Amino acid sequence: MATTSPTVRTGSALPRWARNLALTLLILYIVLLVGPIAGLDAPRIWQSIAAEPKTLVQVALVGLANGSIIAIIALGYTLVYGIIELINFAHADVFMLTAFMSLTVLGAIGVDQKSSSGQIFVGVLVALVVAVLFGALLNASIERLAYRRLRNAPRLAPLISAIGVSFILQNLGLFWGGLRIIFPVMGVNAAAPKTFPQLLPEGILFQDGPIIFRQKDLIIILASVAFMIALRLFVQYTRLGKAMRATAQNRDAAKIMGINVDTVIAFTFLLGGGLAGVAGLLVGLYNGTIVFNMGLTAGLRAFTAAVLGGIGNITGAMLGGFLIGLLAAFSDVYFSSRWTNAWVFAILVVILIFRPLGLLGEAGGEKA
Amino acid sequence: MLELRDVQTYYGNIQALKGISLKVNQGEVVTLIGSNGAGKTTTLRTIQGLNRPRYGTILFEGKALETLPTDTIVRLGISQSPEGRLVFPRMTVRENLEMGAFSRSDKEGIAQDMERALNLFPRLRERLAQKAGTLSGGEQQMLAIGRALMARPRLLLLDEPSMGLAPMLVEQIFQTVIEINEQGTTVLLVEQNARMALAVADRGYVLQTGRIVLEDTGPNLLRSETVRKAYLGEH
Repeated sequence: MATTSPTVRTGSALPRWARNLALTLLILYIVLLVGPIAGLDAPRIWQSIAAEPKTLVQVALVGLANGSIIAIIALGYTLVYGIIELINFAHADVFMLTAFMSLTVLGAIGVDQKSSSGQIFVGVLVALVVAVLFGALLNASIERLAYRRLRNAPRLAPLISAIGVSFILQNLGLFWGGLRIIFPVMGVNAAAPKTFPQLLPEGILFQDGPIIFRQKDLIIILASVAFMIALRLFVQYTRLGKAMRATAQNRDAAKIMGINVDTVIAFTFLLGGGLAGVAGLLVGLYNGTIVFNMGLTAGLRAFTAAVLGGIGNITGAMLGGFLIGLLAAFSDVYFSSRWTNAWVFAILVVILIFRPLGLLGEAGGEKA
Repeated sequence: MLELRDVQTYYGNIQALKGISLKVNQGEVVTLIGSNGAGKTTTLRTIQGLNRPRYGTILFEGKALETLPTDTIVRLGISQSPEGRLVFPRMTVRENLEMGAFSRSDKEGIAQDMERALNLFPRLRERLAQKAGTLSGGEQQMLAIGRALMARPRLLLLDEPSMGLAPMLVEQIFQTVIEINEQGTTVLLVEQNARMALAVADRGYVLQTGRIVLEDTGPNLLRSETVRKAYLGEH
């Protein structure tokens, strides 16, 4: 026990570049060796692309649509991490519950694909408002109950607390899914995927062989991008947005500016939860099904997206979201859909080793 | 204006302030000198509520501060240029100055004070659109002081404004402190550079390992045997 030490030995015999090179070769070796098992079979991939190049365009479109949703979830991770350096593991489960809330609201209003477009519009709008408010309040309550007391505790404590909350929320989702007596939309089986009404217009905007671009693809991408731009502007120009940036850059300095840091942190959770609400509704509408454990995959992808873009960086989270969406779509078609999560996870590991700051991350801290 | 009575502050089990009592009167420049680790920074942090005293009272114009949150204390009229400057590195100089006025809403007054800060530190005017993280140490110090002034404080806390600066700049910064005081702001100045600090201060306190060991007017302290030996390097 006496020998355990948290510090990394720096006096290693190899220089840094040599260790990095060795590590790169090792990873390359593993990828080449194990890659084909996980679908990375370059000749086969090349053949199928050459045989039907248009499929690649379709893959890119699917990747962009899914990526835009991943990006919205990633924003929730990045906002919270940026401000209190906590990976909010419960975030993806907040997202899952907002999808359940959206479905419940749509079920209660009673809109389905047979309703008039006016009714659908109103129904979706109501579901959006409720899901956003629900996600925001849920996330802020989690902060208040599970994280705030631990703010000055060692960093592992709130992290473990977050994992615990994640489990609680998943079980809440399972419970919610079993309430068919109250919410008939939940169907018979609590754990089974729930069917969302098809409310987005399916009309085809563009078709060329395997390339199909539907109205709902466009709607998803536009809606996501609109929310991202709004968030970016909010953080850049509003008083509260500036207070968020100040708190993220230096909490003590923010306090002596007269900023109530507790309020700003609570607000950040509200904002992240609200965005999760947007994503929850969009995913339900776009994919057509939701399930109580969907936070797991969504969380892995969104978290990787946030890290890839540079955790704490809003633009980075958006960029990372689209890139991970593209990677996942590519892997689904050309590698093997069963291995897609493994590839996403591999990306996460590789970034953490070689560029922990991410693509757009800047070294933080105050330089003299 | 400000009065500390037997203030004791701890970091965990380590007692950093062992009963500090001091007074700052309206319009004064009061300095707190002492070596590294004497508790100067902790005193300022405790006044602003960044650290909480375990015992003792802090009164600002008759109001007890020791349980108020920092943002309320700032609104009452106490702002600080902190140790290590703590500018917001990824914000521009202009944004940093605007953050200093966060607790205010009078647009015109803020614009006036921005002008005043930029007149005190013309260098900052040239760098308004630059990210604060790219400024030199001296410029960051000017920015930290300017930012603290943007709150239009009645009491300004300055923590080691001369730290790490070239002698010419140090002189300029202290000149500015006098100017700020003449414009009506009361100043509590923490310094290791005792000679400069005592030269501009009306009164001074000497801090040693969490206790005040000496207090007098600036000129008297400059002449005092103890101060000369311990802090001015004369033998």
